[in-house]
Amino acid sequence: MDHSFHRPEFQLLFIKSIFTKLTPVNNNFINKVITTTLLSKISTAFTYLLLFLTSYSANSAWELNMVESATAIGREIHGLHMTIFYICVVIAIVVFGIMLYSIIRHRKSLGAEAKPFHESTTVEIIWTTIPLIILVAMAIPATQTLVAMYDTEASDIDIKVTGYQWKWRYEYLNTEVDFFSTLTTTQDQMHGLETKSENYLLEVDKHLVIPINKKIRFLFTAQDVIHSWWVPELAVKKDAIPGFINESWTKVEKPGIYRGQCAELCGQGHGYMPIVVEAVSEEDYQAWLISQQRAQKNANQVSELSFDELMIQGKTSYDKNCAACHQVSGLGIPPVFPALKDSAIALGDIQHHIDIVVNGKAGTAMAAFGEQLTPTELAAIITYERNAWGNDKGDSIQPAEIVSFKQAQGQ
Amino acid sequence: MTNNQTEAHEHSMAPATGIKRWLYTTNHKDIGSMYLIFSLVMLLIGGSMALLIRSELFQPGLQLMQPEFFNQMTTLHGIIMVFGAIMPAFVGMANWLIPMMVGAPDMALPRINNWSFWLLPFAFGMVLSTLFMEGGAPNFGWTFYAPLSTTYAPPSVTFFIFSVHIMGISSVMGAVNVIATIMNMRAPGMNYMKMPMFVWTWLITAFLLLAVMPVLAGVVTMMLMDIHFGTSFFDAAGGGDPVMFQHIFWFFGHPEVYIMILPAFGIVSHIIPTFARKPLFGYHSMVIATSSIAFLSFIVWAHHMFTVGMPLVGELFFMYSTMLIAVPTGVKVFNWVATMFRGSMTFETPMLFSIAFVVLFTIGGLSGLMLAIAPADFQYHDTYFVVAHFHYVLVPGALFSIIAGVYFWIPKWTGVMYNEGMGKFHFWLSFIGVNLTFFPMHFIGLAGMPRRIPDYALQFADFNMIASIGAFLFGLSQLIFVYNIIQCIRQRGCPASPQVWESAEGLEWTVDSPAPYHTFQTPPDLDKIQYSNGHN
Repeated sequence: MDHSFHRPEFQLLFIKSIFTKLTPVNNNFINKVITTTLLSKISTAFTYLLLFLTSYSANSAWELNMVESATAIGREIHGLHMTIFYICVVIAIVVFGIMLYSIIRHRKSLGAEAKPFHESTTVEIIWTTIPLIILVAMAIPATQTLVAMYDTEASDIDIKVTGYQWKWRYEYLNTEVDFFSTLTTTQDQMHGLETKSENYLLEVDKHLVIPINKKIRFLFTAQDVIHSWWVPELAVKKDAIPGFINESWTKVEKPGIYRGQCAELCGQGHGYMPIVVEAVSEEDYQAWLISQQRAQKNANQVSELSFDELMIQGKTSYDKNCAACHQVSGLGIPPVFPALKDSAIALGDIQHHIDIVVNGKAGTAMAAFGEQLTPTELAAIITYERNAWGNDKGDSIQPAEIVSFKQAQGQ
Repeated sequence: MTNNQTEAHEHSMAPATGIKRWLYTTNHKDIGSMYLIFSLVMLLIGGSMALLIRSELFQPGLQLMQPEFFNQMTTLHGIIMVFGAIMPAFVGMANWLIPMMVGAPDMALPRINNWSFWLLPFAFGMVLSTLFMEGGAPNFGWTFYAPLSTTYAPPSVTFFIFSVHIMGISSVMGAVNVIATIMNMRAPGMNYMKMPMFVWTWLITAFLLLAVMPVLAGVVTMMLMDIHFGTSFFDAAGGGDPVMFQHIFWFFGHPEVYIMILPAFGIVSHIIPTFARKPLFGYHSMVIATSSIAFLSFIVWAHHMFTVGMPLVGELFFMYSTMLIAVPTGVKVFNWVATMFRGSMTFETPMLFSIAFVVLFTIGGLSGLMLAIAPADFQYHDTYFVVAHFHYVLVPGALFSIIAGVYFWIPKWTGVMYNEGMGKFHFWLSFIGVNLTFFPMHFIGLAGMPRRIPDYALQFADFNMIASIGAFLFGLSQLIFVYNIIQCIRQRGCPASPQVWESAEGLEWTVDSPAPYHTFQTPPDLDKIQYSNGHN
């Protein structure tokens, strides 16, 4: 969706074009009307309304119903949803219909006289029994679907999904593929300094790639608080709970990109840990798996970087991984998220600084990034934090030193 | 006026003057008024927070606040509305009405009554003070799931825990008082099956409160132990279980939902017969249905937790038991419709709000039925569909019934008729506003928008904007309500007759308007009073 659509200038243009199309008045008149302050405010409000009524955008902005599913189970759920919905509609029409009829016909102002009947065991039994029958009829297909959803046996691929504040980690069991998937939407987009991209807040750096027509079993857990992994089009939602493992499965039929979000409040970044599933053909999946394994090996190989390279990489990685709490400006949101500008840690002993970033700080929101980021990223971030925002400490650290730091503590 | 005569007659029992009247009062009417005013203030505070939330969600992007503050707002909005607005409003009505409805001179335990009210301002003062604390107010949602509310909580969580304790003590004492009053102080001849519906629903509510508030106190105490005393009830690393928190919380939480709706059922069961000029249809089945709902409320709690990974058998049990609730709830709705059917209806403000209650509460009930279907719930859970559902049962449900009740009984409380034109205006703005706010939430929920997010993907933008506009319409229209109430308290308006409404029935309508400071000091003779809800 083109986000410029939501800008006031655009709306003004939009309403003008609508007015000129709909009414045979000249443009000057409309300009006059629209430039009048009060009227222009009203017209802006109306523009929004018109926008609602006219823009059926490609991005399903006016979606009214549950999303269509890409899996057989998802379609069953969708079917259950529609069935129970139609039952509700019928009940509502009957009940509200009778009510509306009474409201129209049985008014005192029309001379209606009250009939003082007030009890009937027969009707009470009838309107207890009919709902019961409907419910039993509904419970049968619901039970069948639920049983199928719980059948995680005989999977082709097992993926362990771990929720972190605020990113997802995917480990493909029995392979070496293991990576974190982090939001790529920039802070500037969130704060309106940059046009919002098409998949605003629903885009990540590394997709969860799965093959189509294979039974994928997910094992969910969490590192810190409870998260919930949800992809609407796969109809999979399961809580990721620290210390416990939950299971669910999917079998995607169509290649494509499926987007979802964390569904359980998990702190301030709850809205910023999306899920992107990429379903591909079996061959593409195998190719991806091999390239992924190779890339992973390379990520741990470190090379010497210049100060400038570290700073450039550091800015990128910092904004992506650290700015949600410590802010792009390095000012943080004290006291929960301390400032890094002029901070004792960023300007103090570099070994201590490394320790905090790699191992986190117990009892605070500061997570351990040692296994979440590559040595290169860690070195770049630490260097950046020591030299950005006027900290100008002047020192830097190489990825190799991070590797030896981690080896020293046995990681 | 009779009021003066009564005061002259019982001069030793006239209200004290000044602030002492309110601090030391043991009079059920004074305490009822304080509860009601307190809940109105809380409604406005909680409502302002809702408007801040809706302002932030007006457009995608972060415009007004940081996500951290957004989470504090959603948490406080929930806590304040549930424990500060809805529950105290019902307790205030119980205080005013139960003694007058059963023909008792006061509540059974007047001093406890005073204390249970005066705890509340301190509890909520403490909750609100957390906004100014280092680390900010609680930010983990009104359901405060561990470990987000324990290991990862801001320091203010301790104050939150203590204020929940205080609220719980207040509620339990209020419940004990209601039970003692209803069981012991009914006028001679008023047996249980002659009690007005509001009294019945409150009796059942009080038992629910007694049963579950200690559970809430228990769960927050376990949190306190985890945070400060090194236990690991909810910390998996120490052998605890975060899911156990949810089981205990919702064992409290689900009956709590009915605590907030059963008295509402009672209120509309008075108003609809009055304005349909017909006795309530199916009084006995109403009592049975209310009791069944209360019983079922104890065995459905885990339907809030369909996605936590319960065993299949557990899922099925909670799905079936939850679906069962539709039966007694349906009976109630059908009875109200049957009460209106072939009546002689007029549409004063209380009736308008009550009719809207029946329609919109039913919509909330039907979406509840959809949520009960466990497989489908995997798609609804923790989305705006759920937000729409519970706001439909709590706002045009519980809150509309309270508003209807206030319009219905305020002439009895103040002796002055409210302004009917303003009342109707208030109704229509509220009705439109509430639907504009909450109906689109069904759509964005189904389309995939999770709850409790400060910012959202672009495809949710349009309906969010509508919801925000509706929220401001609804919120601001409540100022008309405040105006109407203030005018009544200031005695601006036509004096009300004792009967007030043409065909209102019940003992409260046999006393003067405003009700004298002390009523029914000698029990009324039920045979002499034309007293019927169609079942005597």
